[in-house]
Amino acid sequence: MALIEAKNLTFTYAGREKPSIEDINLSIDRGEFVILTGPSGCGKTTLCRCFNGLIPHFYNGELKGEVIVAGLKVDEHPTYELACHVGMVFQNPENQLFALSVEKDVAFGLENLGLPREEIRKRVDWAMKMTGIYELRERAPYELSGGQQQRVAIASILAMQSEVMVLDEPTSFLDPLGAKQIFDVIYRLNRELGITVILVEHRLDLAANYATRVIVMNDGKIVMDGPPKKILSSEKAKLIGIGIPKATRLYQILKNDGIPLRRNKTPITPKEVAELIVEAFNHD
Amino acid sequence: MIEVRNVYFTYPSGVEALKGVSLRIDRGEFVAIMGQNGAGKTTLVKHFNGLLRPTKGEVFVDGVNTKDASVATLARKVGYVFQNPDHQLFCETVEQEIAFALKNFGFDEESIKRRVDWALNLLGLSQYRESSPFMLSGGERKRLALASVLAWDPEVVILDEPTIGQDYAQKEKLRQFILQLRAQGKTIVIVTHDVEFVADCSPRVVLMANGRIVADGKAEKILTNPKLLAEASVIPPQVTQIFMELEHLGFPREVVDLYEAREIIIKRFKMKVKK
Repeated sequence: MALIEAKNLTFTYAGREKPSIEDINLSIDRGEFVILTGPSGCGKTTLCRCFNGLIPHFYNGELKGEVIVAGLKVDEHPTYELACHVGMVFQNPENQLFALSVEKDVAFGLENLGLPREEIRKRVDWAMKMTGIYELRERAPYELSGGQQQRVAIASILAMQSEVMVLDEPTSFLDPLGAKQIFDVIYRLNRELGITVILVEHRLDLAANYATRVIVMNDGKIVMDGPPKKILSSEKAKLIGIGIPKATRLYQILKNDGIPLRRNKTPITPKEVAELIVEAFNHD
Repeated sequence: MIEVRNVYFTYPSGVEALKGVSLRIDRGEFVAIMGQNGAGKTTLVKHFNGLLRPTKGEVFVDGVNTKDASVATLARKVGYVFQNPDHQLFCETVEQEIAFALKNFGFDEESIKRRVDWALNLLGLSQYRESSPFMLSGGERKRLALASVLAWDPEVVILDEPTIGQDYAQKEKLRQFILQLRAQGKTIVIVTHDVEFVADCSPRVVLMANGRIVADGKAEKILTNPKLLAEASVIPPQVTQIFMELEHLGFPREVVDLYEAREIIIKRFKMKVKK
């Protein structure tokens, strides 16, 4: 059975006339690494809020259809129960941090799960080291920079090691190297522990390489769904305004210009594209 | 237009965020400040409109020392769009949000109305005129913050991480828009981690690390220098990454732009075929 299942899911926020997501049908299996993308305002965050029960329990509005996560119907189970299965990193880290020290913020979720003290200590230290905030553990989250806060929010979710991790543009405030390190950690958890990852991201150049699947939304609906190489090479994705990585675009342009780059699955990393160009030049 | 002279800044918590920064930005320039988290980028630009005053050293805006001017006076000249729109937005409707600063600056009703309409239209927010800013998506709130500053037409526009939460089409609009502002002679400073956006815009790049400026020059010089970039936790743009792998074939290294890349490869390929 799928780990996450949405059937005919429609949600309209209170006070709005138009639904923010409309007739979503979706099934995500355990261990998938899914990128959720689409134009700003298309309903990505709203859909994520349905996965951990913030919709309908926290945000008021009209919910139609159903969402089942880890066998639980989301509208019938409180958010604290769903939180055992789904960890979420919010778009704005400030909305999520509240403790007086970084360490306490990272430990909060684990304390609520009722884990033994030793285990909490171990996981909190591990998560802080993985995200590069160990040195900040005594600082108050509210006096940290945007990028540092984002690392704290990610650490608090990593520590939970819940079955599903939903990350809503988790690295938007981070410098490029920092973002890459975070994606590497998430990817490792996905590979090694089988944690299912749902990542909302516009910058596909940074993230596409990690994903097994890309879902594109537009105007509240799912309009494309498939493996990254397939989605990124399609005309439709370009028309919707998805940011095709520069490497992929260069490959497409050169091919159109008649440079004999070997027919391949569409390359999505600079390395893949460079190899194809080198090959074309070395070939006689 | 902006002159920073050997500025040091220490936060009340004791963190020394700027350690002797000197920088001169002329009228009409387009500058991108890049560098690792905590390098002091936001701290530096907050000195440009007087939100912060140097602990040591001096900052001049259009010839006026910021320690002698109020934030309100400086803000008329230097508009600052915060990294996090939630630090900036507070009104009940989108329309009021944009009108707020205009009222404070003493614009008459007629121009307020005209400017609000203009800004809403420009940033694609007209349909949300009556909505609460907090009902907007993250990307939309970011654009509202921008609209509310552009509405009063400051001479210097500072954008802190303007591409966060923006999709490809919105980024392209933002780029066009920056070009337009430049054509009007505005000075533009962006703080950003978005190397691909910088590669597209090709501004002057100021690279910071650990409270200091470590490099300052044209985008194609700075973004193609792996050693400098590593120091500032920046990854080269994808096009540059490709050209680094092509160096042994005799390709140039200082390439950041997609279309320039295309020209070079096609030219070389024609040469090869002739041989």
